[in-house]
Amino acid sequence: MITASLRENPAALSTFRVSVVPPATAADWSRRGFLKAAGTSVGLVIAFQFTGKPARAAALDAAKNPSAASGTFAPNAFLRIAPDGSVTIFINHAEMGQGIITALPMLIAEELDADWSKVRTEFASTAPAYNHSAFGIQMTGGSSSTWSEYERLRTAGATARALLVQAAADQWKLPAAELSTENSHVLHTATGKKISYGDLVEHAAKLTPPEKVALKDPKNFRLLGKPTRRLDSRAKVTGTAEFGLDVKQPGVLTAVVARSPAFGGKVETFDPAPSLAVPGVKAVFKVPSGVAIIAENFWAAKRARDAVISTISWKLSDDARIDSDKQAAQFAALAKTPGNIAEKTGDAEAALKSAAKTIEADYAVPYLAHAPMEPLNATVHLRDGEAEIWTGTQFQTVDHMTAATVLALKPDKVQLHTTFLGGGFGRRATPASDWIVEACHIAKAARTAGITVPIKTVWTREDDLAGGYYRPMFHHRLVGGLDAQGKVVAWHQTIVGQSFIAGTPFEAMMIKNGVDETSVEGAAHSVYKIPARLVHAHSPKVPVPTLWWRSVGHTHTALAVECFIDELAHAAGRNPLDLRRELLPPESRQRRVLDLAIEKSGYGKTKLPAGRAHGIAVHESFGSFVAQVAEVSLEDGWPRVHRITAAVDCGTAVNPLTIEAQVQGSVIYALSAILYGEITLKDGRVQQSNFHQYQVARMNEAPVVDVHVIATGDKMGGIGETGVPPTFAAVLNGLFTLTGKRIRSLPLSHADWS
Amino acid sequence: MKFSLTVNGQSRSVDADPETPLLWILRDHLDLVGTKYGCGIGQCGACTVHIDGEAARACSLPLSTLGDKKVVTIEGLSTDASHPLQKSWCSLDVPQCGYCQAGQIMSAAALLAKNPHPTDTDIDESMAGNLCRCATYTRIRAGIHEAARLASDAKNSPKAQLQEAAK
Repeated sequence: MITASLRENPAALSTFRVSVVPPATAADWSRRGFLKAAGTSVGLVIAFQFTGKPARAAALDAAKNPSAASGTFAPNAFLRIAPDGSVTIFINHAEMGQGIITALPMLIAEELDADWSKVRTEFASTAPAYNHSAFGIQMTGGSSSTWSEYERLRTAGATARALLVQAAADQWKLPAAELSTENSHVLHTATGKKISYGDLVEHAAKLTPPEKVALKDPKNFRLLGKPTRRLDSRAKVTGTAEFGLDVKQPGVLTAVVARSPAFGGKVETFDPAPSLAVPGVKAVFKVPSGVAIIAENFWAAKRARDAVISTISWKLSDDARIDSDKQAAQFAALAKTPGNIAEKTGDAEAALKSAAKTIEADYAVPYLAHAPMEPLNATVHLRDGEAEIWTGTQFQTVDHMTAATVLALKPDKVQLHTTFLGGGFGRRATPASDWIVEACHIAKAARTAGITVPIKTVWTREDDLAGGYYRPMFHHRLVGGLDAQGKVVAWHQTIVGQSFIAGTPFEAMMIKNGVDETSVEGAAHSVYKIPARLVHAHSPKVPVPTLWWRSVGHTHTALAVECFIDELAHAAGRNPLDLRRELLPPESRQRRVLDLAIEKSGYGKTKLPAGRAHGIAVHESFGSFVAQVAEVSLEDGWPRVHRITAAVDCGTAVNPLTIEAQVQGSVIYALSAILYGEITLKDGRVQQSNFHQYQVARMNEAPVVDVHVIATGDKMGGIGETGVPPTFAAVLNGLFTLTGKRIRSLPLSHADWS
Repeated sequence: MKFSLTVNGQSRSVDADPETPLLWILRDHLDLVGTKYGCGIGQCGACTVHIDGEAARACSLPLSTLGDKKVVTIEGLSTDASHPLQKSWCSLDVPQCGYCQAGQIMSAAALLAKNPHPTDTDIDESMAGNLCRCATYTRIRAGIHEAARLASDAKNSPKAQLQEAAK
């Protein structure tokens, strides 16, 4: 989600200041965002700084390791070794399925030469020592966890190893240089001496960490690059992994909220009596986002909410009465006008005028909900002058600071605990901390009402789907020019869609010349060698909260670009693979993955069964490169994807088993959006309530996904999102090859194949 | 109202609204949170449990309808992660976020109990009611086949055959 400019300029986030004021309401918060809210400041203003500590200094900040128990060896914030030899790794990134709970320990264990069977994990607390090494806040996103920890955690492991070696050298009165390590032991080969790490912790804990440690040459890796099983599987197959919704605190009560039927609505009046008549209900009160019910358990709270809904009178503004069909038409019209310039290379307008042939196409995609399997929730325990929060989040620092502001507490009086996340996909990285802000308002109001126990605010699936923060609706208009020889000479793309960066702390880095980088990433500055290129962007303001959704802008730019490349090939009477090979630099990483996917899929060589066709796409995102070949058919007029052959270049492959899983999951995540995904609004009301209306792909629709990984040692990219973008175009291109019909809007449930 | 239930082989009593779905009885009254809430309308399968050995959606079963039926949840599938599906899920690295996996495993366990060697089509039919947003379907399918193999090997082991002969 956080994209190239931040990665190339990592200091950016580490130095800017963010002012947080309590918003009048949660809806205000999301609409106005941090910075505008600060400008209209009323009430408490807390300024905080995202500290950008040097990676090593943070890693060595032993005092910040909150779980360091006495008698153990905790040389930095990321690991602890106990006398029994167990190695506990503190996981500072959210585990939401992407396997970081295994990848991060691999980085430490490699350099520590730890016995992998003795490695345990705990989720780290929210503390500056755990800030993202590049982005300066504690967070998980942008497919950045592994590359951003690659040096820091290896250094943490190597530092611990150096201290253990020194401890053994001291005990044996031998030079440290003569000692080696293996499987959680220090060895002296010449004498056959051997001692376990557990037996060294007491001594090692007294030593001063070295200023510098050497990291292993990758050719000596024992763990990194080897398929390594997840460390959390056992907990997840026995039902013992604790997600936010499972948090059990003594006396905990459940809250649900009756929220506005359209975005931004305010409660005018309501009658609590029918709710209070439901057994088990403790309190009913107004909060900025609606009417909250507190009850002994979820079922009582939900029944009480059902009872209150008809009594609420809402104040809705006229501009909230959004009709997404009308909006799509407005976006299409806007796409015919020039916007802010995202890329200008050569003179595309002149090149189009003089082109032998021009081709035009419009692509449209709807709002999409993330719909993680675990609906949003947060447990807040507000006590005298302090608070504790338990939630599954991708955005600890932002949530922590925002919660402190809402609770009117100093940040150091608020503890934020991260649980397992039942899926994230970006929804749990919200600059507005929407669900945590609401849970804090509820805890505050409950305390005023005399309730002092922890309160778990639970969203139903219906709440989750109607709750906003969608992938924005986008419209792309493309005009391409071909010369008489069928070469692509001009490309003009106009992109229309909301900016969710505007009004957040990320604006200064990610919006340039009025262009939100997340709207145009994957379209502007394409690797394709086209001499004249013009990319325009419009960011219309719409009061529907939007957000990054697994692979962000690439979800729609890869679709538009890779389908339009096929359209140009077709118009030129050329094979889409040949055209891509002509347009891609021969040494490019895109070219390398494309060639591999073509080879592995048998594209153009293997004869497919009757009624099937191949489609191809290649795309870079999050520093990684993925090509896919989709094998598709139509069965009774319904598209079916049989197989996706994917080739992936992420530079360095830490855990091939995870990479395969992420690409398999990404392909099918995209397939859900291709086949079914859409959130629509009529009169401001979201039309989809649950999984029967917001369908996602099921087992019987899941294609075979073959994943081929190239580990080149080139610059390391991310893996959690990069498998998503090419699927959109590979499937649509395959269906065009099959039917001769070019579908340019999603989802395919609306497509007419006749 | 007071009800007596058999959950994971134990008799449990609860005092709750008779309309409360079993899901919330398990989670809020019996502290068995391995069974997950995903949709509340029987669309996602995250709450799948066994009722007298059949896979059922706990979100759609009112407490009052349970009577003396035997309820088994993920916590009761095995005490030590030794069910062949739990083993194959770990060895094939099936879970991602893991939220839906208890429901997936309970559905798959009911399938294997009836059909020890399911085909891909059998798996499609039995598992299509269980959503996975991380889309671990590829490995779930492999995990079911692997568990079928593990169960079959265990059944055909010399020790198991001796035990069978001794009956």
